[in-house]
Amino acid sequence: MEIPKEKLLEIYERMATIRQFEERVREEFAANRIPGFVHLYAGEEAVAVGVCAHLTDEDMITSTHRGHGHCIAKGVDVKAMMAELYGRATGVCKGKGGSMHIADLDRGMLGANGIVGGGIPLACGAALSAQVLGKDNVAVSFFGDGGANEGSFHEGLNLAGVWQLPAVFVAENNGWAESTSSDYSVAGADIAGRARAYGMRGEVVDGLDLFDVYEKAGKAIAAARAGEGPTLLECKTYRFYGHHEGDKQGYRSQEEVEEYRKNHCVIKNFRARTTDERALTDEELDEIETRVSESIESAVAYAADSPWPEPSDVTEDVYVDYKEVL
Amino acid sequence: MSEERELTMGAAIREALHHEMERDSTVIVMGEDVVGGAGSKLPDAEDCWGGPFGITGGLAGKFGRNRIRDTPISEAGFIGAAIGAAATGLRPVAALMFVDFFGIPMDQIFNQGAKIRYMFGGKAKVPVVIRAAIGGGINAAAQHSQCLYSIFAHIPGLKVVVPSTPYDAKGLMTAAIRDDDLVFFLEHKRLMGSKGHVPEESYVVPLGEALVRREGDDVTVVAIAKMIDLALSAADGLEAEGVNVEVIDPRSLSPLDGRTIVDSVEKTGRLVIVDEDTPRCNLATDIAALAADEAFYSLEAPIKRVTPPHTPVPFSPALENAYIPSEDRVVTAIREVMAA
Repeated sequence: MEIPKEKLLEIYERMATIRQFEERVREEFAANRIPGFVHLYAGEEAVAVGVCAHLTDEDMITSTHRGHGHCIAKGVDVKAMMAELYGRATGVCKGKGGSMHIADLDRGMLGANGIVGGGIPLACGAALSAQVLGKDNVAVSFFGDGGANEGSFHEGLNLAGVWQLPAVFVAENNGWAESTSSDYSVAGADIAGRARAYGMRGEVVDGLDLFDVYEKAGKAIAAARAGEGPTLLECKTYRFYGHHEGDKQGYRSQEEVEEYRKNHCVIKNFRARTTDERALTDEELDEIETRVSESIESAVAYAADSPWPEPSDVTEDVYVDYKEVL
Repeated sequence: MSEERELTMGAAIREALHHEMERDSTVIVMGEDVVGGAGSKLPDAEDCWGGPFGITGGLAGKFGRNRIRDTPISEAGFIGAAIGAAATGLRPVAALMFVDFFGIPMDQIFNQGAKIRYMFGGKAKVPVVIRAAIGGGINAAAQHSQCLYSIFAHIPGLKVVVPSTPYDAKGLMTAAIRDDDLVFFLEHKRLMGSKGHVPEESYVVPLGEALVRREGDDVTVVAIAKMIDLALSAADGLEAEGVNVEVIDPRSLSPLDGRTIVDSVEKTGRLVIVDEDTPRCNLATDIAALAADEAFYSLEAPIKRVTPPHTPVPFSPALENAYIPSEDRVVTAIREVMAA
């Protein structure tokens, strides 16, 4: 699949933004400037970006506890994201949600999620909206190898199969659910094989290769858009950091992590391939890195300078309308 | 020697699990990453996790992965299996990690586990313990910070315990494992590291017995889990003003030791309840109704409830600090009932 130059540049910028955002979040978290928990997406950028490159703002995605990458891939503003992580009033969710609950419906981002597998049925709902309202939009649900073992995965896929929903289910198999290997927790050879049980296409994707993700996601999304029903893609990928920041990672060796960083870095490999093929130049890519670096810097400054929410905001946004009289 | 021995609440719970697994071979533990490293190729990966607060770390070396088993992320599956196993000869301790995840296995819990004995005419029992972390204060946001125990206390067939000290945690866990019914054992995140005296030997703190943590004649404060610390601290501060506060820790929410609470209210004539769970139909409401029913003619002031607002738990520290009841709010409530 030939990718136009403009698209290649956009893809690189999104992947670089995710990587730099996550590296910076790691520092900010370590310095106690970001409260709560963070789960970093670094290493898996090709999946979110390769899939979302085919989506518009009207196409919806659902995400996971490891959601920053999906948000950036879908076009959520990094300043508003950083302010959300900082817990500030200017955050994309006004400081109410934090890392695990970033959402921006204007960008088609239906939420990160603190519940494993929680987003899968929601994506079915977004696909149902498109189907019932007669729009040609699709819904994509990202979830992990752990999420594929939840009942919500099986019920969601069955529903999508029964109703032939315009949905794509993207299993990001990074090998580990917290500290539990997917070799231990996933029955059957692979997650993609479960598609057959629900009457949909299923495919294993090299999630560490942007081009493989881009091509296979492109086909699945086009099919969903054309009314040809859902697809399950299993993207084999790898996370560079622990389950959450603070995870000591006693379940995998540092050598294994280094091997992936060295030889399976999606950004490095994308850069090598596009420059080797003379599709892009180092200068173009360096310029992107610089621009991204500036945008992350200004996002942090924006977050740090933003006001805290007012205590009275606690009771706002629970309902659309709610009157109790005493 | 034993009297000076101090453990964290987490270590006290681990010790109870250890004792009971040693004592009874039908006790098994299961949950996501309760050991950790399942399927890892590293030889020393075992116990690299031990549950979200490391509580179940170190048990596998002694009891083996057959009795302490990591599960896939399939809460409806493994909690339902724990209930089925309990009905057929095992005593499983199932770890739900965060109580906020209860929605996933809830049918297995409230339509199956809670009702099996009743529906079967008393011909089965379900000796399961479901452990889960509760409570806010660590900026974990709306899906990792709730208390929710009022929902479980509402359901006939479930028992609910919420320890506030390491001593009680060990004794209540022992009691919960030996109990023949389904018991929710709820561990407040901000108490897990708190230290206190814990005897080395095995002992039971019976379910359904409240503890008077501080005696006083002027006002009764009933507080749950982490809220006990606020109540005790508020009581210490008010002593200088000549107000003698009695602080009661129910410890079990179902069964509830209403006797201890009612006796205290009859003595003091005033009641404040501090509950970190959201205000509608929570334990504070339940206890207020109990006092109104049973001790109405002893009351000298309206009952006050100190709770969060009727909202999800917000993420931002600026919001969460306003959400969780504070010591100031407890003091204000006590002063209000004293002034009435």
